[in-house]
Amino acid sequence: MAATDIAKGQGDGRSAARRRRARSVSGTLLSLALTMLGLLLITFIIGRVMPIDPVLKVVGDRASQAQYDAAYQAMGLDRPLYVQFARYLGDVLTGDFGRSISTGQLVVDDILRVFPATVELATLGTLIGVLIGVPLGVIAAARRGGIVDQVARVVALVGYSMPIFWLGLMGLLVFYGILGWVGGPGRQGIIYDGMIPTVTGLILVDSLIAGDWGAFQDAFSHIILPASLLGYFSLAYISRMTRSFMLEQLSAEYITTARVKGLSERAVIWRHAFRNISIPLVTVIALSFGSLLEGSVLTEIIFSWPGLGQYITKALLSGDMNAVLGGTVVVGTCFVLLNILSDILYRVLDPRSK
Amino acid sequence: MTLLSVRNLRVTFPTRQGTFEAVRGVSFDLGRERLGVVGESGSGKSMTGRAILGLVRPPGRVTADRMELDGQSILNLPERRMRRIRGRRISMVMQDPKFSLNPVMTVGDQIMEAYRLHAGGAKHAARDKALEMLRAVQIRDPERVMAAYPHEVSGGMGQRIMIAMMLAPDPEILIADEPTSALDVSVRTEVLNIMDRLVRDRGMGLIFISHDLNLVAQFCDRVLIMYAGRIVETLAAKDLHQARHPYTQGLLNSLPRLDAPQDRLPVLQRQDAWREGDTITQSLDTEFPGGL
Repeated sequence: MAATDIAKGQGDGRSAARRRRARSVSGTLLSLALTMLGLLLITFIIGRVMPIDPVLKVVGDRASQAQYDAAYQAMGLDRPLYVQFARYLGDVLTGDFGRSISTGQLVVDDILRVFPATVELATLGTLIGVLIGVPLGVIAAARRGGIVDQVARVVALVGYSMPIFWLGLMGLLVFYGILGWVGGPGRQGIIYDGMIPTVTGLILVDSLIAGDWGAFQDAFSHIILPASLLGYFSLAYISRMTRSFMLEQLSAEYITTARVKGLSERAVIWRHAFRNISIPLVTVIALSFGSLLEGSVLTEIIFSWPGLGQYITKALLSGDMNAVLGGTVVVGTCFVLLNILSDILYRVLDPRSK
Repeated sequence: MTLLSVRNLRVTFPTRQGTFEAVRGVSFDLGRERLGVVGESGSGKSMTGRAILGLVRPPGRVTADRMELDGQSILNLPERRMRRIRGRRISMVMQDPKFSLNPVMTVGDQIMEAYRLHAGGAKHAARDKALEMLRAVQIRDPERVMAAYPHEVSGGMGQRIMIAMMLAPDPEILIADEPTSALDVSVRTEVLNIMDRLVRDRGMGLIFISHDLNLVAQFCDRVLIMYAGRIVETLAAKDLHQARHPYTQGLLNSLPRLDAPQDRLPVLQRQDAWREGDTITQSLDTEFPGGL
């Protein structure tokens, strides 16, 4: 009987846990919707307060007053603001960001073209930053004041303080110009340009799907230098954060407990302390990835990388508000989604949050 | 029989103002008994415990004329050899289970880890052992507690889990560093009794570190009184009230007594002379004569 009681208790516990999870999921979705609404409101307001006349951009400088007024009405600018906002919401939800004035294409199509380039670069950069930065930070903390700690400190300091365009130019000069180890600017060599059918827009992935090993190598040799550069900057940040999280955990009592048990220092660090720092680390990595997704304009310009950062910057300089706002919505959405993702991971990793 | 023999133990830390001596020449023997170590904060009692376990981290330094476990020196052993002693032969229970258990590992995993590290063996054997240990510390539904995380159990239960975990590899000596200070008074006795029974059943030596004189007097066979890194007096727990050292007397007098009420408790007046001078030893009629 006692056994069935326990089983029943566990069953209750499980369905209660499921209810709790359902509630937390719906709560997350609600906060997602509200955040997105806020984001769109902000981009809408930016679009309205910018000192760029959207009508003039359409009808041109030499239009008559009648033509101007007709376009003004056609664009719905004579309606109250809330009506305009509602229309804007509807447009965005159906994926309509309008037409870009500088490229003449739909903003959606432009973004679908440039965003994968940024995603590819940011992902590889973050990967490099995490794979090197996390172990570096952990070892620096474990051997505090040791040689690794000193090296990591200098590496991070240089990473924080070097201008990226200078490092990028030097990288190109040395590894492309002198040594010839990597491909030059752009995403692909000229022979492979347009040869790979676009599936995901990530050339590394698309070339593997197409089974074209040569194209993959070519794309890799082009991306590795800018990705390493971005990776270096996220490494500097991630390794410092990892180190300070780790130091905090290593002075905790449960670490003494683990040592009293007779565990090796490696087990103490990776099995006990690392599990605890992985929780805040997720947020740090997600934010660092998010900031790379914004498109690192300088890196993209130096490496002629056709990414989102370059696209938005060019659009901004030519007063192409549809493109700017479309890009902003995409970047904002990415940030919101990454935040939610790290929230969810947080909950999975930290038993205390259940 | 002597389990642990310590002579002239010193723990020093270099500071900017010179060397700080946390422990200054502590000597004692521990048999299969309950030895209380009493002293105020900073008297070096916890540091003595950590020095025995080899847990004084650099730049701290541990020196001694002798520190032997079953006749073998454990003084400044290489880390690899010390790891085989920690947990397996000498273990420690710390003050607050809220902080001394890993918050992101289940209770079961933490107990099984301690056991398997020294006993090896299959996972299910470790699981059986963990359940057995949890029952031994009187946890009623060990299956549920095994799957629980530390934040899901109460303080008293957490400390019982800690005891179960540290006793799972069957150590010979348990150092309990203020094991009940963080607990509610209501569960204190319960936890102490469980620990006492387990330690006695297994014929272990217990070093009970506390600042609570009355608790130590009730619970231990013998008491060391520490002041400023030294043992100022050692005596049988039952003779505590015949203490001769002025510091011990001062400590006793500053406690309220039901049988001798006072309007005003005297304030302990510390004297510099206590920092030096010999340890006062009584002739003890326990099975460990000579004391130390």
